[in-house]
Amino acid sequence: MGADMSRTRGVFWQGVRAGSPFLLVIAPFGLLFGVVATEAGFSLIQTMAMTALVIAGAAQFASVQLLVDGAPVFVAILTGLAVNLRMVMYSASLTPHLGKALTWQKVLMSYFMVDQSYGISIEKYERSPEMPLDEKVAYFFGVISTIAPFWYGFSLIGGLAGSAIPPEYALDFAIPITFIAIVAPSLRSLPHLAAAVVSVIVSLALSWMPYNLWLMVAAVLAMITGAQVEKWLEARK
Amino acid sequence: MSNLDIWLTIIFLGIGTFLLRFSFIGLVGDRKLPAWMTRHLRYVPVAVMPGLIAPLIVWPQATGGEIDPARLIAAATALLIGSIFRSVLGAIFGGMATLYLMLYLLG
Repeated sequence: MGADMSRTRGVFWQGVRAGSPFLLVIAPFGLLFGVVATEAGFSLIQTMAMTALVIAGAAQFASVQLLVDGAPVFVAILTGLAVNLRMVMYSASLTPHLGKALTWQKVLMSYFMVDQSYGISIEKYERSPEMPLDEKVAYFFGVISTIAPFWYGFSLIGGLAGSAIPPEYALDFAIPITFIAIVAPSLRSLPHLAAAVVSVIVSLALSWMPYNLWLMVAAVLAMITGAQVEKWLEARK
Repeated sequence: MSNLDIWLTIIFLGIGTFLLRFSFIGLVGDRKLPAWMTRHLRYVPVAVMPGLIAPLIVWPQATGGEIDPARLIAAATALLIGSIFRSVLGAIFGGMATLYLMLYLLG
């Protein structure tokens, strides 16, 4: 037992070290979300409730933006969920490694399943698949224990600062710029580029539709475009 | 946007997102997603996010829906920095800095 503890503790700290460079990304995003949500009219409690319950930056930004636009609540929820659909992929790909963990561990790991904890952990598991289960779990928790506190903390700082920022700072444009920044690095891949272009053209062309329905239509058509272009590229090989 | 709207969004987005994360690891178990499904899921973020922001960039609310050169140039700068240098933070800072510069220059 004692030897087990010190073995998993070592792996936990490996996870902490692997996660720490990502604080440079997490901290500004958290800060920005706190500011943007507060500017949008969220109370500090609401900002922090969203940050703590959802822990998924892009989806949070998307839902806040839609509420600001006056979209119906179900559109704001569905769009946020759509942005988070990729979590199903993460969940499926982690299952061979973590599926036999204890239930409470799986509940906690699901709650903390974000782009960084998934990306860093799956890379480690695939590099050393022979890692015992308790080490895989310890590594995941190591990664997230650097990332999650910074996400909460910087959202709080942003939320506290947000109401003090005057409109000259044009923060209405923070969400568009942030989404461009998230998507841009993937645009060097042709299927991603095709999907993004279709998404933009369809949403602009259909923006007369009520209830932000244009977004659903644009997203579905763009998703199909990406998948088809990928298939076509594979067939050409 | 009422207080109730905000709370409903927070609660349902929170529960729904948890269920998406818990889906395979906690409920379905060790089964592979069919290839056609991962092929589509892969493109969900890049299908949703550009469409969501495109109208905000072309017809910003801050200018009452008028096309705004400062915002268009800022968006283009962020896009270029993000795709050339693959730097998310560089694109955010570069984009916002360009926006402030353009708002200052173009008034």
